[in-house]
Amino acid sequence: MSTTGHHATVDADELRRRVRELLDAHPPATTDRLDFLRARFDAGLAWVHYPAGLGGLDAPRSLQAVVDAELEAAGAPDNDPRRIGIGLGMAAPTILGFGTDEQRQRLLRPLWTGEEVWCQLFSEPGAGSDLAALATRAVRDGDDWVVDGQKVWTSSAHLARWAILIARTDPDQPKHRGISYFICDMTDPGVEVRPLRQITGEAEFNEVFLTGVRIPDSRRLGGIGEGWRVAQTTLMNERVAIGGGRIPREGGMIGLVAGVWRERPELRTHDLHQRLLRLWTESEAARLAGERLRRQLAVGQPGPEGSAMKLAFARLNQHISALEVELLGEEGLLYDDWTLRRPELVDFTGREAGYRYLRAKGNSIEGGTSEVLLNIIAERVLGLPPEPRTDKDVPWKDLPR
Amino acid sequence: MSTPDLLYSEAEDDLRAAVRSLLTDRCPPASVLSEAESGRAHDIALWRALGTEMGTAGLLVPDKLGGQGATAREAAVVMEELGRAVAPVPYLTSAVLAAGALLGCDTDQEAVARLLGALAEGRSVGALAVPLSTAAGAPGAPAATVRADGDGTLSGQVTGVAGAAGADVLLVPATGADGYGLYAVETAETSVTVEPLTSLDLTRPLAAVTLTGAPARRLAGPDRAAAAIGRALLTGAGLLASEQLGVAEWCLTETVRHTKERHQFGRPIGSFQALKHRMAALWLDLVSARATARYAADALATDSPDTPVAVAVAQAHCAEVAVRAAEECVQLHGGIGMTWEHPAHLYLKRAKADEIALGTPGRHRQALAGLVDLAAPAG
Repeated sequence: MSTTGHHATVDADELRRRVRELLDAHPPATTDRLDFLRARFDAGLAWVHYPAGLGGLDAPRSLQAVVDAELEAAGAPDNDPRRIGIGLGMAAPTILGFGTDEQRQRLLRPLWTGEEVWCQLFSEPGAGSDLAALATRAVRDGDDWVVDGQKVWTSSAHLARWAILIARTDPDQPKHRGISYFICDMTDPGVEVRPLRQITGEAEFNEVFLTGVRIPDSRRLGGIGEGWRVAQTTLMNERVAIGGGRIPREGGMIGLVAGVWRERPELRTHDLHQRLLRLWTESEAARLAGERLRRQLAVGQPGPEGSAMKLAFARLNQHISALEVELLGEEGLLYDDWTLRRPELVDFTGREAGYRYLRAKGNSIEGGTSEVLLNIIAERVLGLPPEPRTDKDVPWKDLPR
Repeated sequence: MSTPDLLYSEAEDDLRAAVRSLLTDRCPPASVLSEAESGRAHDIALWRALGTEMGTAGLLVPDKLGGQGATAREAAVVMEELGRAVAPVPYLTSAVLAAGALLGCDTDQEAVARLLGALAEGRSVGALAVPLSTAAGAPGAPAATVRADGDGTLSGQVTGVAGAAGADVLLVPATGADGYGLYAVETAETSVTVEPLTSLDLTRPLAAVTLTGAPARRLAGPDRAAAAIGRALLTGAGLLASEQLGVAEWCLTETVRHTKERHQFGRPIGSFQALKHRMAALWLDLVSARATARYAADALATDSPDTPVAVAVAQAHCAEVAVRAAEECVQLHGGIGMTWEHPAHLYLKRAKADEIALGTPGRHRQALAGLVDLAAPAG
């Protein structure tokens, strides 16, 4: 391992030098993909803003682009980030922020290389927007916790080796205080994963039933009863992961419908033209706003502004995909395939117009509903007073359910 | 296309702070209202402080012509602050539109350079004599309603000209035997009548200009007059987006402040979700409006080939955001927002007038259809 200790600053030139060193020692053309990824992690070039020894070099986050560009130019394999988005975007920052040294050493490397897929056991049938109401129980039994409950909307659960899990450890405390955060082994015999079919016909997500699942106390992240605070880190990163990618003009949903518009003049109507121009303008405005936000976030942690992008893209994706189905007319009455399928990757702009229309409905629900995000903006950005609440200071067990 | 800079530089932040401090001091809402009711075309003392003493009148004019040699990025910051204050000063009309048109003429010409220097130093106030509703980015020059005669005089009428009432010099598009041209006319001439109109926007009043054999000096002929006017209108429209952003920003800030303080049903009304969501939605609008306005300013400043798209997107977007913010401001203020005394109406009137100024959002979207290849249905 080339962990040469802490550096005051690692600049772009130093990173390029280290990339060359990596490429010389492990030529991508003759190196096994996994071996290369492990070597890249050990060289501190996985996520350069992470600490040395954990895949990074304590370098500014903005310099990751330098490494990615150099490696891409050299034809090096990547870790297929879209397949392991939950691990990279949510589990990893939480493990880094709250994990013990042992947990970080054991978990981050196979997480980043994709050897171990992660999923997230947060939402429950009775705890969606009000996540802190969750009812999955974790009861202490010697050095272990015994977990019982049901989780829902879990993507990748059927592929995952590990899960980040929040469960109630003290029902006598008010709802936000009696929760703890765990790392759950998905191969435990008490874990049962069932596909959850959605309105598109496919099953991206799962229901996960937890029955007598044993989790050693050494796999707790953060203190007992501090799970809610730990989960905030995960959720902030989720919103950025969903709304934060860089896109060129017409790079998203609008490009698809603009393409159909250009190629199929026979479908055009004046009403659709006006709506298309409006959506094109709004898409471009949202794209520029995302670009501006990304510059501001290039260094430092994501804040509530990430919610702005998620809200904008949810609304636009829904309106644009709806317009496309309408534009297609007779073809819009057809659907490509209702078969129950289990896609490994989800592409909001994939498949056909009907699928995109239906899938986009989830964009304003998953990762925080648009209504909850508007509350967050109103309270955290604008500083408006919260609604009076009756559930905050009452023991969880006494809340009406 | 190089990567546009959508943030504010340190120098731009400093300029903003200076302008804001002056406006906070000299242009509070109450004085905007009394100034608007005074019958004066604009606030002369404020314009002297802002345009001449602070030097903002010459931001777009190169140093060697008596200006500050800055760019549309800095001018956009000034426009944002002027929007926030609905300040009754001829910045858009003189320092942007009139100066912009002159910059498109041959600045080696002594008459052009002299006029530019006078505008840049705030010694003189100019106005481009076209209706404020003239759409920027439209193909060709705006049709001239004024005739240039062989004796070097102009005759005709231009309606709905912003900034004409307080102007010393009018830049008039006119057609004569020599074709289309841009002419300078002194408003002091007896053959020039500037009749103030009762305008929707009290803080940027319009006037009808009538010329009856007015002595004029030709500044540009058919070879460059249309392009000079077109570029001035495009610059004006791009910078107007920043003014609209400033208007919207004031409206949201004041609405948030009011709804935190105002109590009904034993609670601050800003704690009701129905109101919070409307203000959060406005904040989202502002985030994207700022990005489009910055992009337009940066495109103008760097003379990007994407400027027409950037300006059309910014105008189509920011015009509607400003109107929505001002309308929400009136509604969420309740009864007080409907009074003459409260400044909300000044912002509503400015926002609605700005929506029509230099092309409505619909016209800018129509321009985009051509610019980004999204053609209308045939027939």
